[in-house]
Amino acid sequence: MKAYLTRRYWFSASHRLHCEGMSEDENQAVYGKCNNPHGHGHNYALEVTVAGQVDPRTGMVCNLADLDRFVQEKILERFGHQNLNTLSDFQGVVPTTENLCVAVYGILEREFRHAGVDKIRVEETMLNSFEYAGGREIRY
Amino acid sequence: MVYLTRKAEFSASHYYHNPEFTPEENQRIFGKCNNPHGHGHNYTLEVTVKGAVDSRSGFVVDLKQLKDIMNREVLDAMDHRFLNREVPEFKDSIPTTENLAISIWRRLQPKLSVAQLHRVRVYETPDLFVDYYGEA
Repeated sequence: MKAYLTRRYWFSASHRLHCEGMSEDENQAVYGKCNNPHGHGHNYALEVTVAGQVDPRTGMVCNLADLDRFVQEKILERFGHQNLNTLSDFQGVVPTTENLCVAVYGILEREFRHAGVDKIRVEETMLNSFEYAGGREIRY
Repeated sequence: MVYLTRKAEFSASHYYHNPEFTPEENQRIFGKCNNPHGHGHNYTLEVTVKGAVDSRSGFVVDLKQLKDIMNREVLDAMDHRFLNREVPEFKDSIPTTENLAISIWRRLQPKLSVAQLHRVRVYETPDLFVDYYGEA
């Protein structure tokens, strides 16, 4: 029996949307206020969905304590209260929320061993959210 | 094909324990959830059905019918109950959110004749939920 478990977390970070390959005018036209050279911040809500067979002995897809510990150590401590532009994940990559989803997905896919990552969803503000499922179509 | 979701809320208690594990294993794996006296949650259930829109009624499903089935099959059995002791399927399986979603799917699926069940989502808290789509 395959089930999908989603856990919701929060972190705050700053970023500046700026593409080195564009002129100043282009950056301004594309990114608007987000191109402010000093950056600006968000309270991000992160939803991590893992999927797998429910273990008949524990009734779980994976132990929530393992997922919480992993996300705390590998994601929240990495991105929380940071300027995203300064991190190695975003050298040559614009720290949009799209790219943030891809980066978080990659960390879970490479390093989380207790269940398969199915999807990452990030709310940048209450008005916009982004989802990434490793290139697969998202199941609703 | 149109998808329709109906929400319901219920409150129940549970605890996690596998009699095949030693007391130490139960404590290590389930932590605070292993307290044998149980603890409770306000659960939110979302049931999503899908189907073609009936040309005469404009409905995928009669919402009242869906609500009645959810009340009868799920809420009457689980609301304000100790899941381990009062819901038969949890005599032998642990009432985790995963198993709760599967159990609710199995209770609803045979009773839904009009529309097709697409997804059962159970929120244990606002920060944790499980989706079950049946076995493909």
